[in-house]
Amino acid sequence: MKTPILSLMAAMTLLASPLHAEEEERGERSRGARVPTLPQYQAECSACHVAFPAGGLPAASWARLMQNLPQHFGTDASLDPATTRQISQWLQANAASGRRAQDTPPEDRITRTQWFVREHHHEISSTTWQRAAIGKPSNCAACHTGAPQGRFSEHDVRIPR
Amino acid sequence: MAALLGGLSAAALAASPAELLAGYSAEAGVRGEPARGQAFFTQRHGQEWSCASCHTTQPTQAGKHAVTGKTIAPMAPAVNAQRFTDLAKTEKWFRRNCKDVVGRECQANEKADVLAWLMTLK
Repeated sequence: MKTPILSLMAAMTLLASPLHAEEEERGERSRGARVPTLPQYQAECSACHVAFPAGGLPAASWARLMQNLPQHFGTDASLDPATTRQISQWLQANAASGRRAQDTPPEDRITRTQWFVREHHHEISSTTWQRAAIGKPSNCAACHTGAPQGRFSEHDVRIPR
Repeated sequence: MAALLGGLSAAALAASPAELLAGYSAEAGVRGEPARGQAFFTQRHGQEWSCASCHTTQPTQAGKHAVTGKTIAPMAPAVNAQRFTDLAKTEKWFRRNCKDVVGRECQANEKADVLAWLMTLK
């Protein structure tokens, strides 16, 4: 095996610059992603689904989700303790604030917050949700083309036929 | 980028698929057997999913997450050079996915079989 420390350093060197360059290029600091995504959150959580915005759920919901990663919506999403702690702290610091801090949805699903339902209710019919390219409301990236980069602006919405 | 970042969380332990296979075989005390690995990968183990439910029965191709629908890059090292190059990442996914598929963590001989099979795929 190669030296772990060396490969870790190599990985970090590779990663550090392109990420920031990409963010600046897309102007993400000025619009959309006000909170720079924690690299660990992006890496771990978006391995299986889009990196949902931290502000999409109240702190209590994030706390429950992060405490129950071994039973995460039907799959084992457990992480090592250090990574779990880092992601939890970031989610707590960036969870929904203001009135939406009380908007605790059933099953801690972002798609069942009052905010999400209100934002999508009038414009998206149930037949649209059922389109093969969309499938379900949690498939943000089907319509929000900037979702993988944390951008959910209406300007970036393209609803597939 | 996401796949690259994946190796960063738990201390990255760079390795080659052959080194990981040797490690699992040594731990198990038997060599990984590709045919056994293929059977293990494609059959269900009393749970809802098999490995192939997400990774397909031909893991030289991309798979699809059974719940979220997100694309999963191919598992075979021959077509995806990032696979099985990080011990911590490999262990993390075996641990989680075996819980989902087998209802328990996998044993070293099962990991060796699966990896031996994946390494035969071109």
